[in-house]
Amino acid sequence: MSAREEILARVREALGDDSQPVTQSVAPSGPQGRAEGAPVAPSGPQGRAEGAPVAPSGPRGRAEGAPVAPSGLQGAASPTAGAGERGYRTASGLDEDALVELLVDRLVDYKARVEVVGPDALAGAIRTRLEGKRFVVPEGLPSEWLDPSLAGVTVTDSREAPIGVERLDELDGVVTSSAVSIAETGTIILDGSPDQGRRAISLVPDHHVCVVPVETIVGIVPEGFARLDTTRPLTLISGPSATSDIELERVEGVHGPRTLDVIIVR
Amino acid sequence: MTTVNLGLPAVPPRGFGNISATEPFPKAAHRELGNAQLRANLGHATHTIRDKRLRVVSELPDWEALRDAGSAIKTDAMSRLPELLVQFEEQFTARGGTVHWARDAAEANAIVERLVRATGSQDVVKVKSMATQEIGLNEYLEERGISAFETDLAELIVQLGHDKPSHILVPAIHKNRTEIRDIFLQEMPDVDPELTDEPRRLAMAARAHLRKKFLSAKVAISGANFGIAETGTLGVVESEGNGRMCLTLPETLITVMGIEKVLPRAQDLEVFMQLLPRSSTGERMNPYTSLWTGATSGDGPQNVHVVLLDNGRTRALADRHGRSALHCIRCSACMNVCPVYERTGGHAYGSTYPGPIGAILSPLLTGVEAEENSSLPYASSLCGACFDACPVKINIPEILVYLRGEDVEAKHGRGRAAGEAGGASDLKGNGRRRSLPTQMDVALGAASWALSSGDRLGLLEKGLPVARALAGRDGKISRLPGLAAGWTQSRDVPAPPSESFRSWWKKRATGGAPGEGDGARRGGAPGGGAAPGEGDGARRGGAE
Ligand code: SF4
Repeated sequence: MSAREEILARVREALGDDSQPVTQSVAPSGPQGRAEGAPVAPSGPQGRAEGAPVAPSGPRGRAEGAPVAPSGLQGAASPTAGAGERGYRTASGLDEDALVELLVDRLVDYKARVEVVGPDALAGAIRTRLEGKRFVVPEGLPSEWLDPSLAGVTVTDSREAPIGVERLDELDGVVTSSAVSIAETGTIILDGSPDQGRRAISLVPDHHVCVVPVETIVGIVPEGFARLDTTRPLTLISGPSATSDIELERVEGVHGPRTLDVIIVR
Repeated sequence: MTTVNLGLPAVPPRGFGNISATEPFPKAAHRELGNAQLRANLGHATHTIRDKRLRVVSELPDWEALRDAGSAIKTDAMSRLPELLVQFEEQFTARGGTVHWARDAAEANAIVERLVRATGSQDVVKVKSMATQEIGLNEYLEERGISAFETDLAELIVQLGHDKPSHILVPAIHKNRTEIRDIFLQEMPDVDPELTDEPRRLAMAARAHLRKKFLSAKVAISGANFGIAETGTLGVVESEGNGRMCLTLPETLITVMGIEKVLPRAQDLEVFMQLLPRSSTGERMNPYTSLWTGATSGDGPQNVHVVLLDNGRTRALADRHGRSALHCIRCSACMNVCPVYERTGGHAYGSTYPGPIGAILSPLLTGVEAEENSSLPYASSLCGACFDACPVKINIPEILVYLRGEDVEAKHGRGRAAGEAGGASDLKGNGRRRSLPTQMDVALGAASWALSSGDRLGLLEKGLPVARALAGRDGKISRLPGLAAGWTQSRDVPAPPSESFRSWWKKRATGGAPGEGDGARRGGAPGGGAAPGEGDGARRGGAE
């Protein structure tokens, strides 16, 4: 018997007829699937470039007849009763002002530097952040985000023409957009879309300038995951790299970028 | 590979690797207790994380509902494990990954070695992972000429210090900054000899030390916090960015994942990504989480493998009473609240999995009759703090008690019968070797004899004044013989009262107290008029 067959056989044997354990203290209650009142997943396009999978078109887009968000993309696949019961919050109900305020508060808590700007001020804000530095941008970053004066210090990266790791290491910074941000936890999520680029570019350079379009901000974790396609390479960022391994004293910046600049555009 | 195929064994085989204590818990604990430095470090660390955790948990109005959901998802996942594993395999494979299955530690190590060799590389970078720790992968590879570099700061400290991790979240929790500096000075080539013990400087030394490795590594090895059956997605939750480095830059990525880590749906992440960071580091969210699904063309490793590991998990799964230990998401909340862990530290448990969860998981993986792990279920005060803290509501105390029962069965079941039949005996007629009864067996046997009849108990109580005479002038017994000696080594036993409750009750009842029928009413005012004389605790405590 192959290891695969044998392990599967062992698991089946172990479960026998009684798939319910004796020691089980849970009696979940609550509605099946997402709360009806869940807010409709993202409103508009996020100023993304080409082909980025904008929710709600298909976060977990594999099911053919997947229902449209927000009805619960996973609901369709929901198996036996008992597993899908979710009594926790699936929507925060916060308005845009509250979302921005909460996200800023959380980011500052992580020692990220945050700024809220209007669309017209974005290019200026990015330029200020990268004054005197050489940096990389993903191919799909909207060109109007970059001040023409930066042309000489900008390197463009793409999946088709990736920049080598050693070269990335010599650069000082990176500018990317982001797919979703979760206010309550201060989490920014990159999903590898053309305006966010390969994972390596937001990792190796020491300074990450990350743009958060206001319409990509949600309140809580379930709202955030509902907008994502999990099969894309996802990076969840909550503040710059940090360690607490030495006497639990938090030290920011170990291996990932040591400086995280977040520019919220609204 | 270690299994001969003679059909399926009734009980799945035990797990191997670093899940067996090298010495009994009491012995190891006793030694570790003598380490004041360790105790101070641990006390500080566990209390700090504990407080942070409580703060961020209390922020969430739906914490209990999340725990319920987490527990329900895990229960469901375990009950459908065969189907979910197959689905995971299909999805991971469909997206360009390769799935391997390993029956035990030896098989998993061999698979990883083969995969590394196929790349032609002699070096691998590693993301901190409990599964690879469990199977002893680093040591295995080292012996075969492959260097595995731990890249998590704490794991690096442990590795450079030729030490063992003592906590699943902060493995170097037992080391203070001075010790860490000394390790770095001694073990890191090119380290600045002026290195101070300031945490920031130490962290930057580690950054410099590992940077070249990250940028040149061809192969990385990781564990996984989750595997999503619906999509074939793997996830790693971390803080420092070393995980991202390993998961993104090399060409080959090998992930070792216990089969119990599989979750049915992508949506389940919304539950665990709330439960895990808050329970483990006490943060609203950990700094970095990476999720990948097979290989993504042009982005990240193109040669992506996962090794699905049994190593005793099916054995634990077969145990209906212990099965839920497999729900563990390795957050470490239980060890941070455990009074036993706080004093002994993680090394005393011997296993990769220390603390309360280790005390049940290790014996479940190896079988409690495995001699090395049989003392682990006793490494608890059964205070219940671990159950309260556990984000997936594993009833650790209940499983501990159950495993103690199993252990007694396995070891002394027959011995006790022999004891009752008249003391020590060895080989009985049935040809099975009977073990000598332990003191515990004798004590339990005596207790059951005494408690089985009121007369016997009454007779025994007459002996109370004798026990009282054993006590010192302070009313405490500080030394007891035999089994109880271990107990009295570190604490005193109050002397028994000079009169038993039963005897006092009898006297009181015959002394004109109301009849037996209204016990409830009398019970309401125990210290009232006819208060007993010498039996009174307050007086006893201060009179001598
Ligand atoms: S048993 Fe529960 S509290 Fe302990 S590490 Fe596992 S999940 Fe966390």
